[in-house]
Amino acid sequence: MIHQYKLGGFNIVLDICSGSVHAVDDVAYDIISMYETAEKDAVIAAMKEKYANGEDITENDIIECYEQIEELKNAGKLFAPDTFEPMAGELKNKTRGVVKALCIHIAHTCNLNCAYCFASQGKYQGERAIMSYEVGKRALDFLIENSGTRKNLEVDFFGGEPLMNFEVVKQLVAYARRVEKEHGKNFRFTLTTNGLLIDDDVIDFANKEMSNVVLSLDGRKEIHDRYRVDYAGNGSWERIVPKFQKLVEARGGKNYYMRGTFTHANPDFLKDIQQMLDLGFTELSMEPVVCASGDPSELTAEDLPVVLEQYEKLAELMLKREKEGRPFTFYHYMIDLTGGPCIYKRISGCGSGTEYMAVTPWGDLYPCHQFVGDEKFRLGDIYEGVTNTAIQQEFSDCNVYAREECRNCWARLYCSGGCAANAYHATGKITGIYEYGCELFKKRMECAIMVAVAKMLGEE
Amino acid sequence: MKHIKTIETKNLCESAKNGGCGECQTSCQSACKTSCGIANQQCESKKESK
Repeated sequence: MIHQYKLGGFNIVLDICSGSVHAVDDVAYDIISMYETAEKDAVIAAMKEKYANGEDITENDIIECYEQIEELKNAGKLFAPDTFEPMAGELKNKTRGVVKALCIHIAHTCNLNCAYCFASQGKYQGERAIMSYEVGKRALDFLIENSGTRKNLEVDFFGGEPLMNFEVVKQLVAYARRVEKEHGKNFRFTLTTNGLLIDDDVIDFANKEMSNVVLSLDGRKEIHDRYRVDYAGNGSWERIVPKFQKLVEARGGKNYYMRGTFTHANPDFLKDIQQMLDLGFTELSMEPVVCASGDPSELTAEDLPVVLEQYEKLAELMLKREKEGRPFTFYHYMIDLTGGPCIYKRISGCGSGTEYMAVTPWGDLYPCHQFVGDEKFRLGDIYEGVTNTAIQQEFSDCNVYAREECRNCWARLYCSGGCAANAYHATGKITGIYEYGCELFKKRMECAIMVAVAKMLGEE
Repeated sequence: MKHIKTIETKNLCESAKNGGCGECQTSCQSACKTSCGIANQQCESKKESK
């Protein structure tokens, strides 16, 4: 399968199944678009007609170009067939029962009252709760016990607001550090926080122990304070920004993300990214809101073209700042064309419910953080393990070939079938399609690849 | 005249031969938590061919 598009002054051709990326001239772009549906003579005749008035394009050029395309096809770099479907379940079968990542819901409570929160102000449609050390310790033991030969174990302290239970976070990390070596494991911790409770103690701890810190900031003050308010209705921007700046400065280059949410209130989110840059942050992520249908924050059909344009402008801004020696990172545009994931990863789906699970403050297991609170998705608990094997099997069967729409989508080996929770909320099935999200994802991939192409060709 | 510049990429067909080690990061265990993608993930296996 081929996907071709024009962006940023480049003609880009993606050969989906080989993973090849080509930057081509206009003639090659046009020939490739006809290659599979017309005979060689017809293609060349069409090109001669199209470029009859062109200054530099001769018939020999057209034939030479056609031959270059044939060479790439013979080399497996254009029009490569999809031969991967039989392998779709292999990686999951090989690692069946292995859990390598937990999202630990250390606090089902929050000191902010954000109306757009998918976790309903941290409570996940339930009662407020915080995780005890004993439950957290058992969760880490569960992970170690079920991680098989997997060395790197990922644990995200999530909420609600994790810093509302910071002492337990510290105790759990200390416990993990005590036992990881004897089990041959390496814990990688992440903390996701709204920032209100950041102090010097948190900064020292996070910078020592957290592989990654995710800091919630929506960008412009008026945008951030529209939703991210405390229970008295006061915005949080002015209180958290200096704390984030201090933490990032002290972090000394270790991974962090300034993570914003954009909604119907700010489909023009590039202004928010610009605000983050102006505040000195360079590792950025901006995510479309996840909310119930009909919610005032929901992105609308009218917002879609605005958002797509913002993604293109964001790519342009990245390249501009790169040239100026002021680069920044946008999470979704990080694409390593030479060192990215292998085909098994690309077709296996996101891993929710199998290698990745969420743990509630009382130790229940769910396929991921977005299913927490929906009782029918409860997989089991950290004491008995997975007992709802029927639900787990549904997630295990969820891969890029499980959705008919994905089979014919050029982006399938970049998204791996998408987010099961988004699909469920949009269609009632985890194997459904959240079309709006797909449109955003495809645009992000086009932009990410264009940025990578521009950088690579710029270095030549 | 060169009409096509091929960017160096990982060969996905070749990557099938190594079987997949499963050591790479879980897709959602990073910055986003609300939308899935695997394109921006790193391969943890140094031995795997490009």
